[in-house]
Amino acid sequence: MLVNVESVSKSYKRGTQKIPVLQNINLAVPEGEFLALMGPSGSGKTTLLNLIAGIDKPDTGTVKVSGTDVTNLSESKLAGWRARHIGFIFQFYNLMPVLTAFENVELPLLLTSLSKKERRKHVEAALDVVGLTDRMQHYPNQLSGGQEQRVAIARAIVTDPTLVVADEPTGDLDKVSADEVLTLLDRLNKEFKKTIIMVTHDPRAAEKAHVARHFDKGVLE
Amino acid sequence: MKILKLIFKNTMRHKLRSFLTAVGIAIAIIAFGLLRTIIDAYFVGVDASSDTRLITRNAVSLTFPLPLAYREKIANVPGVSLVSYGQWFGATYIDQKNFFPQFAVEPETFLQLYPEFLLPEEQKNTFLKERNSCIVGRKLADKYGWKSGDTFRLIGTIFPGDWDFVIRGIFDGRDPATDETSMYFHWKYLDERLNLTARSRSGQIGTYYISVESRDNVVRVIKEVDALFENSLAETLTETEREFQLSFISMVGTVITAVRIISVVVIAIILLVLANTMVMTSRERIAEYAVLKTLGFRPHHIASLIFGESITIAIVGGLLGLLVTMPMIKGFSIFLTQNLGSFFPVFEITNTTLALAMTAALAVGLIAGTFPTVSAVKMKISDGLRSVG
Ligand SMILES: Nc1ncnc2c1ncn2[C@@H]1O[C@H](COP(=O)(O)OP(=O)(O)OP(=O)(O)O)[C@@H](O)[C@H]1O
Ligand SMILES: [Mg+2]
Repeated sequence: MLVNVESVSKSYKRGTQKIPVLQNINLAVPEGEFLALMGPSGSGKTTLLNLIAGIDKPDTGTVKVSGTDVTNLSESKLAGWRARHIGFIFQFYNLMPVLTAFENVELPLLLTSLSKKERRKHVEAALDVVGLTDRMQHYPNQLSGGQEQRVAIARAIVTDPTLVVADEPTGDLDKVSADEVLTLLDRLNKEFKKTIIMVTHDPRAAEKAHVARHFDKGVLE
Repeated sequence: MKILKLIFKNTMRHKLRSFLTAVGIAIAIIAFGLLRTIIDAYFVGVDASSDTRLITRNAVSLTFPLPLAYREKIANVPGVSLVSYGQWFGATYIDQKNFFPQFAVEPETFLQLYPEFLLPEEQKNTFLKERNSCIVGRKLADKYGWKSGDTFRLIGTIFPGDWDFVIRGIFDGRDPATDETSMYFHWKYLDERLNLTARSRSGQIGTYYISVESRDNVVRVIKEVDALFENSLAETLTETEREFQLSFISMVGTVITAVRIISVVVIAIILLVLANTMVMTSRERIAEYAVLKTLGFRPHHIASLIFGESITIAIVGGLLGLLVTMPMIKGFSIFLTQNLGSFFPVFEITNTTLALAMTAALAVGLIAGTFPTVSAVKMKISDGLRSVG
């Protein structure tokens, strides 16, 4: 199993009140899986995804990703771990508006020891996968939403991560762009053997995935 | 390299905001530079003063004279290497508003005591020879277009009558702080006339200028000189030249203090201006910082982005300010020499002020970046990411 979530619970404090978000979650994701997490708004999908991706820590339980217990790492270790193992795709793309498509994709590589030339090679390869080599020098505001999300996908895969996490990657896109993005994710999974965990509301998105798991009130069904 | 590029691009993101902030800083730096220069100008006399020169005056007040007979006694005090003397003349040139300081001095010893007045040898020799001659500072000469050989007349106020002088020398200051706005002439010229017209006032001088062999002797010499004339008709008060100059400044001390405080307040204001911009800016970019952290960027990366931007704006503002300040002070300086020359004999921006202004700008950049950096670094990624939607 690539990802092992074991009896994880997480609650947020709002004032003095403790709001349980995840209750005793168990989830195992084998390598090469394309998993869709579904569920109503506020059910804790993003929270779980953040725990798996090492952005947040659970109150109890463990999260293991390819053998590493993520819950035990320090903040700085975790940052390095994320950079090496996780590719992130967000609903609102979250590209740096002042950087070109090329520079946005290059961003994660700045934390590696790659030379400028090697970085260029990787960036061009990633942009090639998402079909945007002709838009390299464009700024985010010169791209359509679908194109922006594809740049974001290129940024997520440029470091060749162990796991790709996507939080509602089609949530802000029209149907055509959404289909493009889903096809791309499917290709990443099939052709490049990437393990993908995707949170989505969209039934069509869930169809592309191999497995869909449903969330309700902090419990996985 | 990449991070510098990102800092630059971020700074240029809201061009108008960054520009206005930099202009705000520039204006404050201008005010700071001007205020500091005014303070410096007040203290120029003090800076120019030597601490092995003493001034002896009548203990009652500066306006009371001392007998010339004290000269010998003072010269005999061990540790005293040279004694000269002078008298404030205070006459009018053509019109009241043309005020400049005039002193009747014993020329030979005076020039020995004040080597900071640079006078060509031949001019000096002629000056020493001719009883009715005088020397004037370069700035004063420039103001009235005087050349060596020119004559002019002063109308006496303290010493009534018409007083004619011929200029035999124009001296330059050795140091930037040396006063070049005064006139010096032969005390004998004054005394001879008094001997005829106001006998009771002849044989008297205003202040003794004393040169002491070494700094270690200063305290003792001061004590011994004043002790010599204790219980006499004219008791003396001896101080170092520095204290003497400071006693003038303390009269305007409150104003100086106020100016000082304002120059600090000005810096506090630019801190608020820049801090406001930086807080606004980084609040808008919280989601971006969250993404950078998600991708594995560390607190020091985030810090260099925010500090980089804040310091860039501060330095651009600071440089802009100084660029405007320098010609402004030049202009003021010309204006002051022409109109109020003797109040501010030297009005120049000092290197200290330049350094202080840039240090202040830099410090403001650092401080203004601190709060946004701390909050961006402390922010939890999940919270930062939520602020997008
Ligand atoms: N940082 C936080 N502080 C307080 N409460 C939080 C925080 N993050 C999430 N929550 C709460 O936890 C619950 C689950 O949030 P989460 O974002 O995981 O839901 P979700 O399933 O992703 O919802 P959506 O489909 O709307 O994105 C929500 O009730 C939310 O308000
Ligand atoms: Mg969510």
